[in-house]
Amino acid sequence: MSDTAFDDLRDLYQEVILDHGRRPRHARRMAAYDATAKGDNPLCGDRVQVFVKYAPDGTIAETSFDARGCAISVASADLMAEVVMGRSKADTATLFAAFRELARTGCCPHCEAAMEPALERLAPLAGVHEYPSRVKCATLAWHALSAALQGQGETTSEGGEP
Amino acid sequence: MNDVTIRPAVLDVARIRQDFPILAQKVRGKPLVFLDSAASAQKPRAVIEAMREAMETQYANVHRGLHWMSERTTDAYEAGRDAAAGLLNARDRHEVVFTRNITESLNLMAHSYGRGVLRPDQAVLISGMEHHSNIVPWQLLRAERGNELRVCPITDAGELDMVAFERLLADGKVGLVSITHMSNVLGTCTPAERIVRIAHAHGAKVLLDGAQAVVHRRIDLQALDCDFYAFTGHKLYGPTGIGVLWGRRELLDRMPPFLGGGEMISSVTYERSTWAEVPHKFEAGTPPILEGIGLKAAIEYVNSIGYDAIAAHEASLTDHALARLGALEGFRILGRAQDRGGVVSFAMDRAHAHDVATLLDRQGIAVRAGHHCAEPLMRRFGLESTARASFALYTTHEEIDFLADTLARVREFFA
Repeated sequence: MSDTAFDDLRDLYQEVILDHGRRPRHARRMAAYDATAKGDNPLCGDRVQVFVKYAPDGTIAETSFDARGCAISVASADLMAEVVMGRSKADTATLFAAFRELARTGCCPHCEAAMEPALERLAPLAGVHEYPSRVKCATLAWHALSAALQGQGETTSEGGEP
Repeated sequence: MNDVTIRPAVLDVARIRQDFPILAQKVRGKPLVFLDSAASAQKPRAVIEAMREAMETQYANVHRGLHWMSERTTDAYEAGRDAAAGLLNARDRHEVVFTRNITESLNLMAHSYGRGVLRPDQAVLISGMEHHSNIVPWQLLRAERGNELRVCPITDAGELDMVAFERLLADGKVGLVSITHMSNVLGTCTPAERIVRIAHAHGAKVLLDGAQAVVHRRIDLQALDCDFYAFTGHKLYGPTGIGVLWGRRELLDRMPPFLGGGEMISSVTYERSTWAEVPHKFEAGTPPILEGIGLKAAIEYVNSIGYDAIAAHEASLTDHALARLGALEGFRILGRAQDRGGVVSFAMDRAHAHDVATLLDRQGIAVRAGHHCAEPLMRRFGLESTARASFALYTTHEEIDFLADTLARVREFFA
């Protein structure tokens, strides 16, 4: 890409975000699932529905989503589906908390070492911390997943983020 | 209103831009290209100075103090009412009610006219291109009193379906038609005079939401013949915190108060209170004093330029934008109404409106992105959100060229 006008946006729109935003691997509605929840950002109109299948041991076997939203919200949902696979509910909640800090502040100095490989995968999304109005885009799918795991049907990214 | 000065119908945009201090600002190191005036317009120095001067030289509460400062402030504030009456060509200044914004004007209508004058078996008719503020108050009324809410569809071009409009009025059950005078998403100007004529023929009163229209064209209530007209100050280059509801005196007189408190009463005892005359009946509490003074300055500023010149400039900008954006590959422009104002909403095939807006922002271009508080309208066109560029009297053709050029590059970015 020769256009240098948007060079400083490469932090926000890294190649992995553009790629997963354009061609998400986990974007589909599941026919059969164990849990689902919708996420809604009423301010901008973004919507996502997350589907979860559990393994016999209660860990997440598979996650998929159906989203209407910007590149960041779709890429975030897709990367989320990737990194939560095989995790317990508690583990997923810890990872969500770490990711929220990453999205808000750009780093996560207190995060558990065990989370590091997953957070590294999510690191391209850390660029949103410089765009306060876009932080919700990155966390919407996580809010929905969290609601699904807790057995709630709907959630919103309102109020949860700065 | 009867200004006989002949003004050229061409704006000296460069000179006008000097009147708006904020336009000299840089955003992210780039000159500000402000294409979000339909959300809220920037303020000319005349408005800023009028409000500052009031605070520095003549400020007190209005309508109650028997002292010099209060009397002077009351005069200045009430002059805002005269200016608003003049802007709309209203016959009687007492028909101009000040509110906090147009949302409050519409809620006042739903509350006082909806609950106080409409019978529960009467319907309210809105259109398929209303702002949420002209939908939700009527839903609240329906939930509380059972008034049916009818929605007149719009065509694919984004115009009001006038055949459906007449059909929806045919049974005579519609008591109030509440319709936008210009869509904040499509830019469509609705055929207000025709709407009023048809509605009146079917026994319905008409409220026009002029939030956008008043910015772009001269409003003449005598020609429109509507029953209520609402607008807000901050979109008309005035301050936030002041809106207007104009209504026919005999209708305002029949309506019960909206909010209760000081200023709106004639006398108060514990047994009963009596209401002040209109407009004060609807103006409880300390009013937006400085904002009224600022609104007057804004109206005078707009009048000094003249609606003929403003309308010609914005029509030229809109034509230019439709041509430039229409020629871009991968863009869809919403609505192609014959009669339209300076608002253009568009969607890009490769990127969501928020991503488009973020990239434009990097170049100093401010547009609105989202559902524009008109979710049902978005759904009508099968979209979740659009980006919207809106034009004002300080917008230049070069800014629109820059927008179009930048949009082409944004699309490449998402290739």
